[in-house]
Amino acid sequence: MPYQIIVCGGLAPDPLQTLEPVNGAASPGLKNEMMLPGVLDPWASHALYEAANLARQHPGSTVRLVSLAPKAKLQQVLMTVAQKLPFELVALDGPNNGFSDANETGKALGEAIAKIELPMENVLVFGGWESATRGSGVVMQIVAERLGIGDVFLAVDEIKVEEGGSFLVKERVEGGKHMVSRCAAAPAVLAWATGNLAEPPNHPQTGMANMRVIMPSLQKATPTAVGTGMAFASASLPKQVRETRIVKDTPAGEIAREIAEWLKQ
Amino acid sequence: MAATTSPSMPMPTLKTIPGDEIRQLLWRFEDRYDLAMLVQSVRAVARGPVARLVASGGRLSHDWTPEKDALLPEYDAAGITAAYMSPEEGGFIEGPKNFAMALIAFELAWVDAGAATCSLAQHLALSPIHERGTPEQQQRYMSLAAPAPGRKTFRGAFCLTEPIPYVGVETGMLGGKARVAYWPTEEELAAGKEPILEVSKRGRFITNMGFANFVTAAVDTGDERIKSSCMVILEETDEGTYDRGTPTKKLVHQLSSTSDPVFNMKVPASRIIGGYRIEAGKVVPNHDHSSVIEAVFRRTRVGVGLMTSSKLLSAIEPLIRYHRDRFRGSGAVTPGTPRFELGLQQKQDVTHRLLEIWAAGEASASLGFATARLFDELDPLEKTKTAILAAHGIGGGMAEFKALKKRQVEAIEFLDMQDHLESLRPKARYQALAEDTVVQYVILDATANVLCPATKLWNTGYGSHMMREAVSLMGGYGITEDCPGFLSFKWMDTQLEATYEGPEAVQRRQMSVTMTNPVFLAQFRNWIHEMRQVASHDPGTGACTLASAMKLWIWTLDHLQLAKDANGAKLYQSNRQGVTFPMADALCWLLASRAQILDVERLAAEGPNNPALEDGLDGTVQFLRDLCHMQAARAAGEVARICTELVYGYLSHPSWSEPGCGACLSQNDLVSVEALVPGASGFSDETVGEGGVHETKAGPCAVHPGLNDFAKLRAKLEACMTGFQLAKDRAGDSLTKVMIPAALDYPQ
Repeated sequence: MPYQIIVCGGLAPDPLQTLEPVNGAASPGLKNEMMLPGVLDPWASHALYEAANLARQHPGSTVRLVSLAPKAKLQQVLMTVAQKLPFELVALDGPNNGFSDANETGKALGEAIAKIELPMENVLVFGGWESATRGSGVVMQIVAERLGIGDVFLAVDEIKVEEGGSFLVKERVEGGKHMVSRCAAAPAVLAWATGNLAEPPNHPQTGMANMRVIMPSLQKATPTAVGTGMAFASASLPKQVRETRIVKDTPAGEIAREIAEWLKQ
Repeated sequence: MAATTSPSMPMPTLKTIPGDEIRQLLWRFEDRYDLAMLVQSVRAVARGPVARLVASGGRLSHDWTPEKDALLPEYDAAGITAAYMSPEEGGFIEGPKNFAMALIAFELAWVDAGAATCSLAQHLALSPIHERGTPEQQQRYMSLAAPAPGRKTFRGAFCLTEPIPYVGVETGMLGGKARVAYWPTEEELAAGKEPILEVSKRGRFITNMGFANFVTAAVDTGDERIKSSCMVILEETDEGTYDRGTPTKKLVHQLSSTSDPVFNMKVPASRIIGGYRIEAGKVVPNHDHSSVIEAVFRRTRVGVGLMTSSKLLSAIEPLIRYHRDRFRGSGAVTPGTPRFELGLQQKQDVTHRLLEIWAAGEASASLGFATARLFDELDPLEKTKTAILAAHGIGGGMAEFKALKKRQVEAIEFLDMQDHLESLRPKARYQALAEDTVVQYVILDATANVLCPATKLWNTGYGSHMMREAVSLMGGYGITEDCPGFLSFKWMDTQLEATYEGPEAVQRRQMSVTMTNPVFLAQFRNWIHEMRQVASHDPGTGACTLASAMKLWIWTLDHLQLAKDANGAKLYQSNRQGVTFPMADALCWLLASRAQILDVERLAAEGPNNPALEDGLDGTVQFLRDLCHMQAARAAGEVARICTELVYGYLSHPSWSEPGCGACLSQNDLVSVEALVPGASGFSDETVGEGGVHETKAGPCAVHPGLNDFAKLRAKLEACMTGFQLAKDRAGDSLTKVMIPAALDYPQ
């Protein structure tokens, strides 16, 4: 059965950049954030790769990326993302950073998806379970609520479609274990953890084909105001804890045993 | 006189190192998403597999190793290999590809120029076929070389180097030969059977030979039945010897495969690039080897020039990080102190030297990309021009040269009109010339003939010098394999970039001819006005300084073309390279600086249209303008030095024994003169003491009333340097504040 797969994905600053919180007029932000190169949020990226993989297995499926981000920044990021797999774009031109309000973001994404007016019986909504900016972990639930979708899976690592249209979903739970659920049918919302797929290589031909559709969509990006809805008392980077020990000629098994013991502490 | 910028006025500073949005605007491809994607794709290969290979010691072998070979599929997958082809041949970029190739070279060389050369050499092998091949040859080889699923990509090498054992291109001295191995009978010829050629050639330092499936080789005629030299295509499966040879023991560009091959093969005459005809029992190649090579190199040299530019710009971030972090980790330097936060950046010398590297990198990149864009403009014009001339029965060679030369008058007329206000131009005539393809071709061709060798010469020559500066700014760390950004490898590699595809002397020689083309000189005069106009609304760029330097240069050229030395010998002549070559060097400085200023002007004009740049555009533009100002002043200084040396250096110094020296006044004469007209003795330069003894020096001071104009221009130029050191101080301040990434985005 072909699916209509919608992937929600925002932007995050390139992880190699220097990320320094600063207090803005309305809310905190990152120093020089607009000047920093961005990437598609890594959690959303996993969801996108999984979506493309699922679409390949089910001919006739379509992948759409719904993205709430500053249009100009999104365009730059798409120069890489669009080369990786075929998809269409629904762009919302609005603020996107670690201090956006999850409720407002979820609302905007939900409304944008609803506007596509897809028949819900084969819709799967993907997104990141977390975010590399400042994940509240609730955006996808809010999107589900807005769309009236009751089947929501969090921290997903795998989806396996069965004959008849039901599918198994593997979610991460405590203790390094997975919980496997069977969902009878779409629609469903899956907030992805890392999945199992590697980042697809760049393929300019795919990019060229994508961009012919994506660029007009980007030009038509809907200006979207996203209120913060909250006040921030302060913002700071997590403290770095670095305990380095240099070892030489230690067998890998021994290193693994030590790490496992450390984790148990 | 008003200062160009007030030193006390607070200026916006550079917030982050210029990113893709800025570069796209500077180099004018913000609307080309195909190119923006290509950049990202190539960058992923450069800073991924290529960087990992360099970091793991992949450069430490002359051999073409499996690890190096594994880069080729990476190039294929990323679209690097197919970027040269048109969509119908398996590529994905429409239209001319010079700018795309330049971007590929730039991105790969950011990490390793050998990787860039490996990619470039594939395109170089195809280039003779692309530029001059028959439609059948183009269809076969371009398609086979485009990666496609389920088949091996056909890879090529370009074989010209002659004569062995030395390394280097001498187009006019071919050693390889083509002979007729079999001449068909009349009946066979009538039935379409071709002559079979026996091609023998030995190559030296041939790139891609470790894996090439075909070779485009230049050979001379070794048989009276072959009329001229030509280029031929040899395939590895052809009959005969296709010996890849031993690896060249080169010291640089180790991620490209080079060896010294030997070929002795039999191929049909249809392998002659561009085809042939049979006249009077002879094979007559449609193109001799030098005409093919000329068409090829004038394009591919631009990419080589940009490799060095890329390396200079790639050095900035690692150097800033090194300077800032230099003292961190020492127990004696505590966080929060200037020494901890700024490290070596507390010292002005460090920031100023780094700025000079940065300015040189920006200028050379601007020049290289401007040239690549020019070739993209020129390519379609060239094809149309050829068709138009062919329709008039003019089919290349000397006939074409003469026909184009006749059109130079109109080209100059157009350029003169272009220099006037639009309202003052004769509209109909101007429009007619603007739409005349041949006239426009003549203008662009004249410009390209200067910009291409200038890019190759200046970017790699001066770039090599500045790359050494970059290494030295890393201290001892710079000459270790651990040095971030592989700076020492990059420095060594610049020597090859300055050498291959025509060493510096070849570029200077070409410029010494092309820069005196009256069409180029008319264009150049317009550029002086263009720089003055830029200066009028944006004085902080140094455009006025540059315009003054350009004026001095063109005055000097005019002078040298007419002047003679003290012995009566003509100064500006072909074999007087002590005159012509420095003038070519001086011109390069001017062209690079102009290109840099124009790019920053464009950023300032178009940047506000990109909301992503809203935050830091002012600071970025200010910083880049300051770099322009620095570079313009540096260029002006070089031009002033060179021109002065040439204008005065060929005149003989007057001596005390010359007849005119008898007019020197004695001390007694001076006293008498002073008594008559108080103060008049001060107007006398030379005096003679008691017993006719002159002052202790070489002779009377040299005075050249005929060179007053030069002296005025030079004095004006020196005064025009006003403000550039202030620009440097301001940019230095930015350098201590700019935010850099937490880590380099490729391994070390």
